[in-house]
Amino acid sequence: MGRLAPCLGVLAVLGVTVVATLGALLLTAPAGWSDVVHDVYLRRVVAFTFWQASLSTLVSVGLALPVARALARRERFPGRDWLLRLLGLPLVVPTIVAVFGIVAIYGQNGLLNRLAGAVGLGPGQYLYGLPGILIAHAFFNLPLAIRLLLPVWQSVPGESWRLAAQLGMSGGQVWRLVEWPLVRHAVAQAAGLVFMLCFTSFAVVLTLGGGPAATTIEVAIYQALRFDFDLARAGLLALLQVVCCLGIAAAVQAMGRPQWVEPGAGRAHARPDLGGRVTQVLDYTCIALVAVATLLPIGAVLSAGLAGPVFAVLGDPRLWSSALLSLGIALSASTLAVLAAVALLIGSRELRVVRYREGLADAAELSGSAVLVIPPLVLGTGAFLLLRPLGDAFAWAPAIVIGVNALMGLPYAIRVLGPPMTRIASQHERLCASLGLRGFARLRLVEWPLLRAPLGLAAALCAALSTGDLGVIALFGSQDTTTLPLLLYQRLASYQMGEAAVTALVLLALSLGLFAALERAIGGRARA
Amino acid sequence: MRYLSTLMLALCTASAGAAPPTLTVYTYSSFTADWGPGPAIAEAFEAECGCALDFVAVDDGVALLGRIRLEGPSSKADVVLGLDTNLVAEARASGLFAPHGRRVGQLAVPGGWRDDVFLPYDYGYFAFVYNTEVLADPPRSLRELVTGPAEQKILIQDPRTSTPGLGLLLWVRQVYGERAGAAWKQLRPRILTVSKGWSEAYGLFLEGEAPLVLSYTTSPAYHLIAEGDKRFAAAAFSEGHYLQVEVAARLKGAREPELAERFLDFMLSERFQRHIPTGNWMYPAVALPEGLPEGYETLITPARALSFPPEEVARHRKAWIDEWLAALSS
Repeated sequence: MGRLAPCLGVLAVLGVTVVATLGALLLTAPAGWSDVVHDVYLRRVVAFTFWQASLSTLVSVGLALPVARALARRERFPGRDWLLRLLGLPLVVPTIVAVFGIVAIYGQNGLLNRLAGAVGLGPGQYLYGLPGILIAHAFFNLPLAIRLLLPVWQSVPGESWRLAAQLGMSGGQVWRLVEWPLVRHAVAQAAGLVFMLCFTSFAVVLTLGGGPAATTIEVAIYQALRFDFDLARAGLLALLQVVCCLGIAAAVQAMGRPQWVEPGAGRAHARPDLGGRVTQVLDYTCIALVAVATLLPIGAVLSAGLAGPVFAVLGDPRLWSSALLSLGIALSASTLAVLAAVALLIGSRELRVVRYREGLADAAELSGSAVLVIPPLVLGTGAFLLLRPLGDAFAWAPAIVIGVNALMGLPYAIRVLGPPMTRIASQHERLCASLGLRGFARLRLVEWPLLRAPLGLAAALCAALSTGDLGVIALFGSQDTTTLPLLLYQRLASYQMGEAAVTALVLLALSLGLFAALERAIGGRARA
Repeated sequence: MRYLSTLMLALCTASAGAAPPTLTVYTYSSFTADWGPGPAIAEAFEAECGCALDFVAVDDGVALLGRIRLEGPSSKADVVLGLDTNLVAEARASGLFAPHGRRVGQLAVPGGWRDDVFLPYDYGYFAFVYNTEVLADPPRSLRELVTGPAEQKILIQDPRTSTPGLGLLLWVRQVYGERAGAAWKQLRPRILTVSKGWSEAYGLFLEGEAPLVLSYTTSPAYHLIAEGDKRFAAAAFSEGHYLQVEVAARLKGAREPELAERFLDFMLSERFQRHIPTGNWMYPAVALPEGLPEGYETLITPARALSFPPEEVARHRKAWIDEWLAALSS
């Protein structure tokens, strides 16, 4: 029971958050389930939400597979580490900035159309509509999927490669017999997360979708909460979203259970399928294509920032106080998220490895995502309604923002830490038990050396995400609590596009610096 | 690092308890931003009231009303500043606001002002803004916009999520009446995209994605005065332009009712109003003795100010949005 206690604690916090938040909204008025069920508009919205989220997941994760494989096969090439860090950037770019970056490359007047014009081709209008949604979602999620898949690929034990080499396996056989059984779990996990992120997408879908035919449930929730001030309806729709998302994610993730790997000596052995000019060219082409497609919009954001009034913005003390606040929130939220993920995973791997309760383990890990699919506006409003009896709810703003950001980061941390933690248990559980290795000694001798790198990645990812997240701060913000993304949105809302572009540049630099620093400080020099 | 962040957050929250008396004004964030009118206005008012003025800022007018309704009678706010006319009916229905009891004949708001609870502090008109170097021949009426060439794209905002988006919906309704749905269907091929808020659409416009964007008649003034950029203009439509009036009111439960009343008086004085044209980029609600700043004379003056009474907007908003959805989805 000892190992399940922290897990149950985290689950209890999550459960209370979800039930209390949604409950607080639902209890404001008699809930109208039948209104929601019979609403034709809403039915179309739900159908479209499913459709675009499924396609986006297919595109993002489908493309991530060959690229992650290529990156795993090519372990050494100049700039590889930085490429991986830069691939973390799309995750932290605030949506609106990402939209501007994407439009600068793929838009009507974007780079591609201007290049096409230069060689005599007319401008193509392809962005606004389903292609725009898919491009934007791939921009955000393809790099995420690559980052989640890559470490799993790298965990293939040297013994397997040696065996594959001795048996003379072809590339196809290596994929089918060695790689796929191992990465399947991570692919399913990544697909579940990407599906939820795309399902709850809002500004991207509306802005690049070309019109109200592209409306997600998230838009309907926002509309109910803001313009209609119908709290109960917003609560119902949020509940609908949670149920749909977790249901689909559970189904997707059930397709890939982790594969047990026998403990090996951990000796390195080169993959047998690296030779051949053709595979080499193919691998580097994959990597280059994704690097260019993702980094071009980022490049557009950077160049817009450098073209803006850099010194005026950098000289503004508000910028630095916002940056400091964002940094504080990011570090606190990231610490909380990683601790919660570890607590939850200690329980879930106990269920999985020691007690053979796979279903329960899956459910525990998936519950970690529940808060991710509740819109920040709903979370904020619910928190407000709950705290109101305690006096000035807005005095709690910093704590709420940190808590919500931590819960939003939790699903990412779970997906980064889950596979290695489960692997450690499956490989070393019996050894630890027979040696009587427990508590701190086990932590120091077994877990820490093997988990450093993923812990670093998880902390870095959560901190970077939190830095770029507008989250609930918009609802709770006052003069004193302006985060960097909020400052950015405020500038955009006041014609200050140039200043906003510079602010975005600072935000990106801060996220990247934080990412690299945490990854190095916690993860050590080992590759994640 | 963790200690540092905790300490920092503690410092941030500690600044809440200032010396009395403090007037608390809820408003939207672009008003209180360093570049907005808020800081100068706070300084001017504090100098004459011997009090502290504390702004609490949220996203925009819609969020402002939402927050007041959430807080209810226990709100800390003395004054709410930043609702617009389309929110007034719902705000009044909340019963949280006190009548202002003033004579409002001297106000410069087009069409006069009759509301007994809300006082206007500025106004503007929605308009389609274009770049004169890109578009030589902009549409001269809403009808020309609707029937114009499909390849000349426009960027608009969503009435479900954005104030200008709702403004355009009402504008089309004013001009086309019951045939608004058909007009939207006709306009549909011209719409490049419908964005969540003003910032997205205007940002895309500045990137050159479409030659026309839904914004305000005063937008070109920003580019001219703040950036020295003369390229932008608003297209004058012969049917007139839809009016947006921004208002403020005192809360019934205000803790500093006298200071609140004093602030409302101050709001209608020249000391507040002169910060509006180049701070909020709107027209002041009271004629300024020194007139409007240089550059404002280049702006178009709408032939007519179009508007619906707030109650009518509140009554029909849902049906009109459904009509819009039907015309643009399917």
